[in-house]
Amino acid sequence: MTKTGYEPLTSIDAITAGLASVGYISTREISTAIYLAHNLRKPILIEGPAGVGKTDLAASMARFLDVSLNRLQCYEGLDEGKALYEWKYGKQLLYTQLLKEKLGEVMDGAGTLDAAFDKLTSFEDLFFSETFLEPRPLLTAMKQDQGSVLLIDEIDKSDEEFEAYLLEVLSDYQVTVPEIGTIKAQVPPLVILTSNNIRELGDALKRRCLHLHIDFPEAAREQAIVRARVPDVSDALLAQLVEFVQGLRDLDIRKRPSISETVDWARTLLLMHATELDEDLVRSTLNVLLKHESDIQAVDKDVRTLTRAAASTT
Amino acid sequence: MAEQVLTDFIRALRSADVRVSTGEAIDAAQAVKLIGYADRQRLSDTLRCVLAKSPSEKLAHDRLFDLYFSRQAIPQQAPEEQQESPSADSSEGPGDLLDLLETGDETAIAMAMERAGQEAGLQDIRFSTQVSYFAQQMMKSLGIERLEREMMDAFRERTEDGQARAEDLIEGRKDMFGRAREHAKQAFETYGTGATLAFREDVLAETALTALDVRDLGRMQVLVQKIAKRLAVKHSRRRRKKNRGQLDVRKTLRANAGFDGVPFDIAWKQTKRDRAKIVAVCDVSGSVARVVRFFLMLLYSLNEVVPDIESFAFSGRLEDVGETLETDDFAHAMDKIINSIGMSSTDYGQSLSDLRMNHWNVLDRRTTLIILGDGRSNYGDPRLDLFREAAARVKRVIWLTPEGESLWGSGDSELPRYRPHCHTMKQVTTIKDLERILDEALSRYQ
Repeated sequence: MTKTGYEPLTSIDAITAGLASVGYISTREISTAIYLAHNLRKPILIEGPAGVGKTDLAASMARFLDVSLNRLQCYEGLDEGKALYEWKYGKQLLYTQLLKEKLGEVMDGAGTLDAAFDKLTSFEDLFFSETFLEPRPLLTAMKQDQGSVLLIDEIDKSDEEFEAYLLEVLSDYQVTVPEIGTIKAQVPPLVILTSNNIRELGDALKRRCLHLHIDFPEAAREQAIVRARVPDVSDALLAQLVEFVQGLRDLDIRKRPSISETVDWARTLLLMHATELDEDLVRSTLNVLLKHESDIQAVDKDVRTLTRAAASTT
Repeated sequence: MAEQVLTDFIRALRSADVRVSTGEAIDAAQAVKLIGYADRQRLSDTLRCVLAKSPSEKLAHDRLFDLYFSRQAIPQQAPEEQQESPSADSSEGPGDLLDLLETGDETAIAMAMERAGQEAGLQDIRFSTQVSYFAQQMMKSLGIERLEREMMDAFRERTEDGQARAEDLIEGRKDMFGRAREHAKQAFETYGTGATLAFREDVLAETALTALDVRDLGRMQVLVQKIAKRLAVKHSRRRRKKNRGQLDVRKTLRANAGFDGVPFDIAWKQTKRDRAKIVAVCDVSGSVARVVRFFLMLLYSLNEVVPDIESFAFSGRLEDVGETLETDDFAHAMDKIINSIGMSSTDYGQSLSDLRMNHWNVLDRRTTLIILGDGRSNYGDPRLDLFREAAARVKRVIWLTPEGESLWGSGDSELPRYRPHCHTMKQVTTIKDLERILDEALSRYQ
């Protein structure tokens, strides 16, 4: 077996530690899922609200294993041409033009049309060879012989047809290019799919994947995450601000603050030299956490109680 | 043994409505082989990752995992030979009821119960009424006959010792029977509850909405969610339809300008699907109110596929109730609407003219207008002119009524006069009918 980038994946604890070393605070469940995905050679489908670190997990895995990250952002209308491979039409055209005269020389000896045709077929696949193949993320991921992390982001935004198309890639780790043949991954990539549940994914896809649901983190984990990103924040402030955000997520609002917004808020508070939360401070910086005017208004009446509750945690 | 544990667990999951395919079962077996049974938490994490594929399935998994593995002795790595020998001679071996009573060894009793449960086919339990039957079966396979024989013998001795021993045995028999019942009950909770629920749901789906009881409401809500999900899966797909065969010349030329106009990339014309919009106008007076409740419940669960829903309720006058209904507490909102709007006498004509005056612009060419009512307008003017005008503005008009066709037109019912302007007029009695109607209405947006 050749050396691959997956060697650090020896145990669940090793994964947790490895992810922590690149700044991703994992949970038992997340590490288990990755361990299983590697050993069973299955893709992981991650669902959960926006901004809980689904995409970040893939990026962190790539950093931890020191392999390349191939990211495929899905959207409505995404097709194989953009996901898998494309012929370099322009280059093919250009080469045809350049080789035209050369072609004439080669053909010179051929007296009849049949002879010319025979001669031409002896140079087969000149234009449909890998030189003219433009690999897109899926194909690139298949070709990495050190292994790689393939992130298929927001699969729920793609069309149903594309989802069906992915099945071949995900179950056999191979892609078929009609003009060349089947390209099989020597070392299967670690595949991570994310979904925000915009539409229900097909059962066939779900069946082929391991399923991981990441929700907003508990207070302790969120503290650890913010701590990793904003090392300068004081313990007291950290505990308070996380408590406040956790309280905020329980309210009935349109968009609940994500982890990255907590991190941004921590940075903001740090810039303002805050040592602990108070009501005025919260009100003046609330727009870092809440991105809808209606949410800010809805929360207004709860700010006092939430701040008090948060301030009393330390 | 180890495989049996996993197979039974998957069976329990399936009975609780978690869909587990054969492929997933194989994955689970491989994963368990990798992880082992030693660490319970890790095992739970593993199985929920491999087998449960949505939040609700994960909940079901967690509940069953606790239930199942608290009961099941988790198999050790190499218990194969050990396990075989006692079960081979189960009638006389250490698993026998009499010996168990004498030794009083809790682990041995638990293991014997487990085995007896398997012999009695406990994983097939479906209804709570079967608990006693299965307990009896378990006692039989534990060798209750021998115990009873012993008991009779002890009685026949007619000595004080014999009497005491017999009473001990009776006591022990009672105790064992209690344990067996407990065991069977737990098995019912593991394997049976899901099946019972599914059975009840099937019944509910076919029950007339007007005959539903208050205690069914909670379950009905779950059922409605399921139906809504089914419809959503079916209709949320594909916003655009590719029209292969019709070349989009302008697009093709533009896309291939870089290639000297040689058309490498060919663009086809495509038609965009209309986004569904449903306007519901509901009679909330006494007789129809119950049906309206479920209809609106289903409609508002469909927000995944139908982004635009407008709803109006009327009896004497018509009011916009869309905002009231867009809350978490649907049942409460519905009560409020029925109590505030549904109390006056029904007037279809007045309600139509209210719609004309205040809300006419919600009706447009991508709207499906659904009217839910019995058409009994207390002999008032039905305002057919307004209804005709409304029908001309919208894509489709569907009239739903709880009354059977034989009653249409009897007494003050105006249904036959409205009928020519509707695309469909149908009787709805069960939630299934509602599903069918909405399915049909949504498939017009292909």
